[in-house]
Amino acid sequence: MPAIELVDVTRVYQKYSARHRFQTFKSAIVKGDLFRSLRPDELVTAVSGVNIRVEKGETFGVIGENGSGKSTLLKLIAGIAKPTSGRVRTEGKISALIELGAGFHPEITGRENVFINGIMLGLSKREIVRKFDEIVRFAELEDFIDAPVKTYSSGMYMRLGFSVAINVNPEILLVDEVLAVGDAAFVPKCLDRIDDFRRRKKTILFVSHDLATVSKICDRVAWMKCGVIRMLGDPKRVVDAYLQDVAVKQEEDFQERRSETAPVLESGPEPAPGPAPELGTAAPDEGRAQRWGKREVEIRRVTLRNLRGEEKHVFHPDEGLVIEMEYAAREPVKDFVFGVGISTSLGIFCYGTNTNLEEFEPVLLSGEGKVAVRIERLNLINGTYYLDIAVHKRDGYPYDYHKNLYSFFVSSMRRDEGIARLAHTWEFSPQVKIKFPDKR
Amino acid sequence: MGRLIKNLRELYKFRVLIQNLVSRELKARYRGTALGFLWSFFNPLLLMTVYTIVFGFILRPKDLSIGDSPWSYALFLFSGVLPWVWFSSSSIESANSLMIHGNLIKKILFPAEILPIVAVSSNFVHFCFGLPILLLFVFLFGKTLTVYALLLPVVVLVQFVFSLGFSFLISALTVHFRDIKDILGNLLTFWFFTTPIVYSFTSEPIQKHKILQTLLSLNPMTHVMEGYHDCLFYGRMVRWPQLGVTLLAALVLFVVGYAVFDRLRDSFPEEV
Repeated sequence: MPAIELVDVTRVYQKYSARHRFQTFKSAIVKGDLFRSLRPDELVTAVSGVNIRVEKGETFGVIGENGSGKSTLLKLIAGIAKPTSGRVRTEGKISALIELGAGFHPEITGRENVFINGIMLGLSKREIVRKFDEIVRFAELEDFIDAPVKTYSSGMYMRLGFSVAINVNPEILLVDEVLAVGDAAFVPKCLDRIDDFRRRKKTILFVSHDLATVSKICDRVAWMKCGVIRMLGDPKRVVDAYLQDVAVKQEEDFQERRSETAPVLESGPEPAPGPAPELGTAAPDEGRAQRWGKREVEIRRVTLRNLRGEEKHVFHPDEGLVIEMEYAAREPVKDFVFGVGISTSLGIFCYGTNTNLEEFEPVLLSGEGKVAVRIERLNLINGTYYLDIAVHKRDGYPYDYHKNLYSFFVSSMRRDEGIARLAHTWEFSPQVKIKFPDKR
Repeated sequence: MGRLIKNLRELYKFRVLIQNLVSRELKARYRGTALGFLWSFFNPLLLMTVYTIVFGFILRPKDLSIGDSPWSYALFLFSGVLPWVWFSSSSIESANSLMIHGNLIKKILFPAEILPIVAVSSNFVHFCFGLPILLLFVFLFGKTLTVYALLLPVVVLVQFVFSLGFSFLISALTVHFRDIKDILGNLLTFWFFTTPIVYSFTSEPIQKHKILQTLLSLNPMTHVMEGYHDCLFYGRMVRWPQLGVTLLAALVLFVVGYAVFDRLRDSFPEEV
């Protein structure tokens, strides 16, 4: 018998129009349509035709973008929301970690809140008394338990909420993205507890944006998109498919944003008089993006590609990057240097180089042409990066300097930190018993 | 009806929670105030002082059944104001209860009807705190309690049922019609004066005008108040027929109120 079974479950939300919002009780009575006016004007389908069977002892993950229906699904399983059609069946006591500390009253002490919250979640008073010390110890709140909850920091609040919920000791644990708010020390503790649950063969349904954790702890994963299950099965395969979909979407977003800023970048053949400041005025919001130089040599266009030559803005760290610059020289110049620089969204300069530093000797630049920098392997960590592109004289006099005008995104499931992912391997002597990660 | 009984039985399982929420409500209300629980005594006391000064010494209504002394009138007032405050505060709190505790309904599997029940119950506790003061005044003013004071729980029960029914109704409707909160304040003021609290049902003008008497009789709270007056102030037997019919009306309101609440229940998580 499965622990959770959803058969063709659909949940339609009612959306009331603005007219309804301002409807008064009086006017409803006068018009005699008290109950009719309670009927919705518009329906929004949050979850549609979902079939899921979670066996006992299974850890089941749900991933998807915001608004894809994940949380509604969780609420349906928890019984907080009722399905519009279809059937939800669960077997055993459920504890839902949907919002930690929901129902805490700010004015009363942590101790009193533990009791009330515990009872709300289905513990008896005696059970709470028995587990009380454990709850407080896990939350690391021994010194504050008799202070009103309103004096707690949000971290303390969350820890206490998690501690109560996890000590309900349910057969089925529903977790909704609650670990996102924990600090670096507390989250592993929570994951530990969840692991403990798995070992004891309890059923867990795990909704998260943390794809690394999902693919690590889940037996099966469902990917939801727009209220339907797009894919269900092996965690790695589903997470990969999801990431691909996200990358496509990010790519589209970048294209869109690029086309919005394109008029600024593609200035005409006529150079702006003086050190052209018009970029700053044209796009005052983009404080970090600047362009200057008299444009004796102008960079007309910058294109980012992968090694196969496809235009792209979202890259995997193992991928290569080609920065292609199209230049046009108004008059032939003998002194020129092409340079590129990459910095993070925080402004940390990751890497920069130019033709001069690498000891290319300029001879003559005239007409139009292309210059490309080919980076065989990006080796950057997750995040958004900004590009500086420049052509200038050897003494630094700028022809055309583009600062932070271009950006790209590195998307990876690895959680390594720092600036660059230095190429490396791990070696262990035979005494170290360790499992190698699955090749992805 | 079957569903109602099933739900009520379900609710019985939550009695510990109701108990805890009521005590939380009471603790939280006076946390941080210097007088703490004493406010439960002071609030009705201050209210009574105002009414006594205005009606006992300035306006001085001549009502022989109440007695000529302004102190006697104060006592009469208090025996009515005390239960009225219970009724009006629980109604106002119920109207807001679902919105204030919206995160419970949204995030925890939680029978929403607990919230109006807690509102009525916690105000009932306040009412109980006021009772010793009432008794104290009874002795101070030389009145004696009769054996009929033992009927007080019956009157309280009628009011409890009525108040719960009313609270279910308005708490559910306020979720969809937020302006009920404002209407309610005015309605309660009107209701206060159409209930024999500052005047006696047996006073001359009312007894003279049959219409007035009939209209007042249609107000269930009239008979509840009369019940309090009978067993506490006059020290006589309550009028069973009126009280019995009122209990029936209260039960009907309870069933109707609960039915409306139950019907709108599924809309709460989205609307609060």
